[in-house]
Amino acid sequence: MQVMPINYYIFLSVALFTIGIVGVLTRRNAIIIFMCIELMLNAVNVLLVAFSKMHHVAAFALDSSTTAGTEAQLFVFFIMVVAAAEVTVGLAIIVMLYRNIHAVDINFLNRLKH
Amino acid sequence: MNAIILSALWGVLMMYTGFATKNTRIVSAVAVLGVLAVFVVNWMEYLGISFFDIDTRSMLVYNGFGLIFNAVVLFSTLLYFLLSGSDIEKSGRTPSDLYALLFFILSGISIIAGFKSLLMLFIGIEIISIPLYVLAGSDKSNLKSNEAALKYFLMGSFSTGIMLMGIAFLYGDAGTFYLEGINAGLGALSPMKAIGMVLLLASMSFKVSAAPFHFWTPDVYDGSPTVFTSFMATIVKAAGFFAFLKLFETAFGKFQSDWQVLMAVVATLTLLVGNITAVFQQSVKRMLSYSSIAQAGFMVLGVFALNIFAKQGMILYFAAYGIATIGIFGVLTKFDDHSIDAFNGFAKKHPLVAFSMLICILSLAGIPLTAGFFAKYYMLLAVIKDGNFLWLAIVAILSAAISVYYYFRVIQAMYFKEATVEQHVAFAPAFRITLLIAAVLLLVLGIHPDLLTGLL
Repeated sequence: MQVMPINYYIFLSVALFTIGIVGVLTRRNAIIIFMCIELMLNAVNVLLVAFSKMHHVAAFALDSSTTAGTEAQLFVFFIMVVAAAEVTVGLAIIVMLYRNIHAVDINFLNRLKH
Repeated sequence: MNAIILSALWGVLMMYTGFATKNTRIVSAVAVLGVLAVFVVNWMEYLGISFFDIDTRSMLVYNGFGLIFNAVVLFSTLLYFLLSGSDIEKSGRTPSDLYALLFFILSGISIIAGFKSLLMLFIGIEIISIPLYVLAGSDKSNLKSNEAALKYFLMGSFSTGIMLMGIAFLYGDAGTFYLEGINAGLGALSPMKAIGMVLLLASMSFKVSAAPFHFWTPDVYDGSPTVFTSFMATIVKAAGFFAFLKLFETAFGKFQSDWQVLMAVVATLTLLVGNITAVFQQSVKRMLSYSSIAQAGFMVLGVFALNIFAKQGMILYFAAYGIATIGIFGVLTKFDDHSIDAFNGFAKKHPLVAFSMLICILSLAGIPLTAGFFAKYYMLLAVIKDGNFLWLAIVAILSAAISVYYYFRVIQAMYFKEATVEQHVAFAPAFRITLLIAAVLLLVLGIHPDLLTGLL
């Protein structure tokens, strides 16, 4: 069976991650920044699942009853759960901010300094 | 394990006390009782009595170092509840919720005290961070508090993303999340492991606010309600450093020569940036947030050296820095005006509180006979015994000398200046006694640091 090389997955995931980082650093809308952070987390999920499969295939060749690689998939579930918790808190904070300043632009906050 | 489960359960209990009673004094009393109980069960685990036998697949393993760290943190929390409990009651309509969040953070810290797997590191750090975002924004109508919460949330989850990428790369290289598994194996540092390590270094520096990843700290610490700044700057920071130390000791100990340069740069920058910017601050609260960056620089030295002195010094530093900062913040919360001038003539009106605060400040500055002196001494000893980068010790001593300047400005205001504006601050007798006990503890640890370091 022809397996896609792991490099492609790494490139995809690093590209998504970089888009996320650039978005966080350049965008000024709190919700878009938030989406970019989610993109970063999901890039990690892609990478973890790809690595999980890679380690599983490598271990499977030696021992057909192996469970190697399953822990990364479990980790992905944990990331999803934690990301959901973060969304809950994060959106609540953004809503709280919107109630006070009627905007979600983070430039507004910098004007408040001192 | 005892501490994790009890503090999580007590957090739930705290939420229900909000339904059971409207009397905030009772809520505070339940919280103090809870943190005492968690402290006791944690100490019982240190003595070998564990109430829970849970198969964590050795993802959580508690040793003496972790349990002593947890004991120090829980003791600081007890002190924090006793000193700032009345201020927690005043912030927000339902203080029981805020206490519940604080207990959930303690549960996360207990996970950090024993993690052996990157999964537990991630979960522990997140359990600490998410309630903190809420606490930072608990003053809902105050724009500065909103700003702090949003900034803390965005920066915190950004650094979590970076940390997760690091973890993913480490997993790709080692095929396991266990810290020992990452350190195991032959050969030099592979590129994938190096990327993972640098990403983790960056994200942990974010969490403990070490330069060049410190820029969020002053705004967040300044904007958050002062009671919670106190908690963030001491207990949570200690947990971050414990995780940092343990991660780099267990997972990357073999590659110490590879990352020591990076850590030395981080330590130097943190010491210089923290101390030099703190000099120019006019507000005590902002000065303390820069001082917390500066003190973080000293703690990075412990992570840098990673020998037995570093571990002992780290525990001593958590205690010395934690108790002193909680004490100063406890006094500061009672003030409406946070500028240094607000402290003018403070010693004449409240001699006992001023004296206790004096000892706390001296301890932060690292003057002999206080715990802060030995904490800094152990860190320097660790760097010198390590042998590489001796100039780091010189930088540390010079920056400690700079720190004396801005700490002593507060002392000067308290003792040698006349009050121009009448400050209306009142301290309950219980507060004064607790603060005095904290000051005495700092002195005792300053004379007998072996009381704490001997436990390791």
